[in-house]
Amino acid sequence: MPTVTYTQPNGTQQTLQVEEGTTLMRAAVSNGIDGIIGECGGQAMCATCHVYVRPEYAEALPEISDDEDEMLDCATAERMDSSRLGCQIKIDAELTGIVVDIPAGQL
Amino acid sequence: MSVVVIGGGQAGLQVADTLRTEGYGGEIHVIAEESGLPYQRPPLSKDYLAPGQEPAPLPLRGASFFVDKNVTLHEGAQALAIDRAERKVKLTEGSLDYDHLVFATGARNRMLNCPGASLSGIHGLKTLTDAEALHTALPTARNIVIIGAGFIGLEFAAAALAHGCDVTVLEFAPRPMGRALTPVMGEWFAAAHRSQGVDLRLGEGIDRFEPGADGRVGAAVSTTGASYPADLVLVGIGVQPNDTLASDAGLETSNGIVVDETLRTADPAVLAIGDCASFPSAHAQVRLRLESVQNATDQARHAARTVLGANHPYTELPWFWSTQGPYRLQMAGLARPDDDTLVLGDQAAAKFSVLCFRDGVLTAVESVNAPADHMAARKLLAAGTGITRDQAETEGFTLKAVASTPLVPVVA
Repeated sequence: MPTVTYTQPNGTQQTLQVEEGTTLMRAAVSNGIDGIIGECGGQAMCATCHVYVRPEYAEALPEISDDEDEMLDCATAERMDSSRLGCQIKIDAELTGIVVDIPAGQL
Repeated sequence: MSVVVIGGGQAGLQVADTLRTEGYGGEIHVIAEESGLPYQRPPLSKDYLAPGQEPAPLPLRGASFFVDKNVTLHEGAQALAIDRAERKVKLTEGSLDYDHLVFATGARNRMLNCPGASLSGIHGLKTLTDAEALHTALPTARNIVIIGAGFIGLEFAAAALAHGCDVTVLEFAPRPMGRALTPVMGEWFAAAHRSQGVDLRLGEGIDRFEPGADGRVGAAVSTTGASYPADLVLVGIGVQPNDTLASDAGLETSNGIVVDETLRTADPAVLAIGDCASFPSAHAQVRLRLESVQNATDQARHAARTVLGANHPYTELPWFWSTQGPYRLQMAGLARPDDDTLVLGDQAAAKFSVLCFRDGVLTAVESVNAPADHMAARKLLAAGTGITRDQAETEGFTLKAVASTPLVPVVA
């Protein structure tokens, strides 16, 4: 099973085993990872599952849609090149081991 | 010390979360009528019904939340009565004492009572059980009739089309989503759904259902006398607040449990939030009841802080969304049907916003496939930036550009 590592702003890390096809947001919410809210249920409507993806995994990520792009522009934490919405990233074999950083605030 | 929250939905769970996160040290009990981990409802009418999915409900919080935050979840339990003098909630089994009680009881679907309304094959959509039944029925359904062109009805219409079904929607009102949207946006959505293949019948209500040869629903007969073949019917005609428990406890109800601007009822130990609460809206400047995730979670955070000793009025900007096939609708603020409107963007390309003005000042924005407009509108409206119609009509005006400059609230 692929793994995903979530890094809190204070540096602590939690690694989850995630079934293929599960999104970064769903895995985090289901397992009580602090700082990922997913208030809209994965519709790219609320931008409360904003994460920074470490650059070594950037190439394996799905392309960013216009909707995700516009929502990220207005996310609470600063948008960076590595910014993505966790609800738009489904974990597959290629993404196994992915490490993401959680911003300090989502609301 | 103990807080008892009645309701295991978005509002109920958020109260528990905020209470604990912000330092509440007493017991927290959440009473949830449904069994299993509380889940998110919005995906049930969208992703959950998409073809080819083996859907799983999205939990509101993981199982570890209840352990880590020391929140007691009473699943499959029901609150039967409140004794406010003794500060006690009677449950199906046993009772709980409270120092604060929070009603987060939500709403239930309005039911049809026309002839044939109890035939098999006629569904509602509110709970996971409802969604599971529809998910099972959709792949073999052919002719679908939907009663009500509200959010649920039209989200379901889009899902049914994706399954290759013929879809008819009966709506008594002259426009879809008429309670929530401006006429210009409602009319755009009517045309958009028709272009997708939905047979949208406006000004036409349901008169009765007739059984087919197998005894299940076979046809829907409308108020015009027209008969539409139906092997699956979805009824989406709105909801009613779950406020009986509160009124039985002597609390005032009027289309919801009546609360003040701090979200307390007349009994300061009792609060009500989310779909079940009638509150004085700072934005609409009238008393109203809202059915949305934003309203549920923001009121929950506010109520938790009220329990913790704050005494501020609730003033969060209402916002809302709906996904209907290729159309992503987002609303910021509360539009009124008689608002003055201005369309920005490209309606033909399904990427635009309707700006609503009252007395010449921006009060709400409805957007289709334009999240940048929506997010900017939320920022501007929350800050009380008084965008005027003249300003919005200026060449090159965008909400995003205005929102990215320092915001100056207008002093009335």
